[in-house]
Amino acid sequence: MKIRPQRTTIGFLVIAVLVIATIQVLINTQILSNFWATLLRIGAVMAIVSLGLNLIYGFNGQFSLGQWAFYAIGAYSAADVTFRWSTMNSASGVVILLFVTTFIGMSYLWIARLVRQVKGIDPLSAFAIYLVGTIFAGYLAVMIGKEVIDPATTFLASLPAGFAMQLVFVLAVLMAGVLAAEISYLFGLPILTLGSDYFGIATLGLTIIVKVLLDNSDTLLGFPEMKGARGMVGIPKLTSWLWVASFLVLVIIVTRNLLHSSAGRAIVAVREDEIASKAMGIDIAFQKTLTFVLGSFFAGLAGGLYAHINGFLHPNTFNFIKSFDPMIIIVFGGLGSVSGTVIASFTWALVLEGFLRLWLPDGFETWRFVVYPLLLLVMMLLRPQGLLGTFEFPFLKQILPKPLQSKIMADKTSSENSAIGG
Amino acid sequence: MESTQLTFSQKIIQGKWIGKALLIFIALFTVWFIGSKAVLSPALFGQQVVNGIQLGFVYALIALGYTMVYGIVRLINFAHGDVFMVGAFTSYFAISFFQLHEWPAWIFPTISPWLTLLIGIITVMLITMSVCSLLAVVIERIAYKPLRNAPRISALITAIGVSFFLEYFGALPFVFTPNFITYKRPFPIVTWYIKDGIHRLEAGSAPPEGSVLFSNILIIIVLSSVILMALLQYIVRKTKIGKAMRAVAYDKPTARLMGINVDGIITTTFALGAALAGAAGILYATAYSQVFFVMGLIPGMKSFVAAVLGGIGSIPGAFLGALIMGQAEVLSAGYISTPMRDAIAFTILILVLLIRPTGIFGEPEREKA
Repeated sequence: MKIRPQRTTIGFLVIAVLVIATIQVLINTQILSNFWATLLRIGAVMAIVSLGLNLIYGFNGQFSLGQWAFYAIGAYSAADVTFRWSTMNSASGVVILLFVTTFIGMSYLWIARLVRQVKGIDPLSAFAIYLVGTIFAGYLAVMIGKEVIDPATTFLASLPAGFAMQLVFVLAVLMAGVLAAEISYLFGLPILTLGSDYFGIATLGLTIIVKVLLDNSDTLLGFPEMKGARGMVGIPKLTSWLWVASFLVLVIIVTRNLLHSSAGRAIVAVREDEIASKAMGIDIAFQKTLTFVLGSFFAGLAGGLYAHINGFLHPNTFNFIKSFDPMIIIVFGGLGSVSGTVIASFTWALVLEGFLRLWLPDGFETWRFVVYPLLLLVMMLLRPQGLLGTFEFPFLKQILPKPLQSKIMADKTSSENSAIGG
Repeated sequence: MESTQLTFSQKIIQGKWIGKALLIFIALFTVWFIGSKAVLSPALFGQQVVNGIQLGFVYALIALGYTMVYGIVRLINFAHGDVFMVGAFTSYFAISFFQLHEWPAWIFPTISPWLTLLIGIITVMLITMSVCSLLAVVIERIAYKPLRNAPRISALITAIGVSFFLEYFGALPFVFTPNFITYKRPFPIVTWYIKDGIHRLEAGSAPPEGSVLFSNILIIIVLSSVILMALLQYIVRKTKIGKAMRAVAYDKPTARLMGINVDGIITTTFALGAALAGAAGILYATAYSQVFFVMGLIPGMKSFVAAVLGGIGSIPGAFLGALIMGQAEVLSAGYISTPMRDAIAFTILILVLLIRPTGIFGEPEREKA
């Protein structure tokens, strides 16, 4: 029992490195044109977003349509940081975002300690306390951060230019993830208590609110470089295939390790039956918050990576219509299947943007969006359980003790029988 | 915690008053904000309220379709907004291409013009409503019925697929074209103003300072919405079909055991909702005199929010929610900023859900076997 997971882990890492290296070689030798290389990057970014959503919806059963909001938050915050460094030669973005994320994080930890002493706090009251904490910590962070901008700029300028750029980029992407996670924590406090559909609607509302705020980012939010509804230009194109693939591998490993831990089993238990898992002593609110925050963290990461692919961001990318894309991907990949989500994301990016564009004859470009929903309908009607169902690669498969495994098999056969019968 | 004695700070945190204080603060701020605007310039405020009523009644008609379908199959029918769009286009073609609103004059040349108009418009409305019902029945048969026993998310994805399909198929040059089209109203606009009584505004003259304007469009929208909603309420409350609908919404397996044709009832619900959406399409196009292929998106979303706000599954709730939504949209566009109105609509929704998790008239969720 002890040896198998290790062997599959090594196998997975070897295969991942081989695949990533092969694609990198193909990109370097121009066998894969820029067009396809970009699509692969977008596919990997979608895979990260969808893995986050799969964690929230597929594994924890929270019907969230808000993944796109955190994606947008991540994209715009990371883009602003690197834009300020590359164009305005100022470390203000890095410093302020670093201070804001750290301070808010610390204030949350402190408030959580305070609140934990009180049993059964009203979620709305908790939200109000955290909101005040966020505002206070954010204000303090900006005040203190302002003093550090100049020394930080000189320090970063003293580093080799290429290295400094990459450093700023990685910091920006990570902090974008953390910021998205913190906002999702704050927002999730009152919202996670709602019933499943209402939770979906509230998160959809968040997506629309964020989109509207981004439309007015230059006037309302006070970031003139984001240029509001005209779209942000001049973001350095830093997302190489290596970066995005490494982040994807990291996210897959984190997801897998989480799901195979006792926390992961608790997360799945909450999806299966809330009342039963409560009876088993699982803290439902904590598990829901954990998955929601982690999923949003992935969305923020993916947003940060996405912003640096084309060097251009527009609020319409974060429209609520597009927010269904990760939902479509995880349903196709199979809810609660990590391998399926990754495969479906790449397929989605390559088919929708690549093949459909190339296959359709001239003059039929607009038919792309007529064919896409038809494909969606046909696939859904033929395979409502997703392309791969609950298939997993051996590395991602959970190794269960013997009796449990046989019980799962028995459940499966009985459910198949009932499916045929009904 | 070592002792059971709570410290002062713990006592403060424990109370629910912090959350309530937040909500009360928001409510007071809203009341103060709207109240101050209303006191400063009552005529402008009155004008906004009138515009909001006009919008709210259109939303109400769309919201009813959402609420009925959700109540019966627990599906967020994202294609409903696009059925509304198809309704607007159907009436556009009926009026501008075929002049169907003048048909009584072709048969009885001596008939009076306003009677022609009345019968003609009712005909156009009936045609549009039947086209929309037919479309909804087709959609339901193809996209939703095969997935009735699949997980709920499958039907949601097909709903999104159908919505995309209707939009982008409509955007093709030989279907509805991707352009904005000006909608020709079949009747002239007559405007009245309220200042020391109701007066008719002569064409071309400016209304006096500090008056509230309203036109025959408002009257038409309110009248037709009220008639259609009364009809719907009658169908749902008094007829056998309505009884069956309520039974299916309450408990499908038992309704089937009682001899109710569940699939037929679900199809009827879709058709009824779509007919109302078609009527809303005509009214919306008449009021804003513009049709285009994604026109259903935002009104559809807003009406859905209205349905949730009022308590999804409840018909009076949908109506009340739609009126709130209409007012919220117009007031925030008028007093805060036009682009922020969608954000404000959803903020209201989230706040209401926090206070009443199932909407204003919603029943608490029942566990279903």
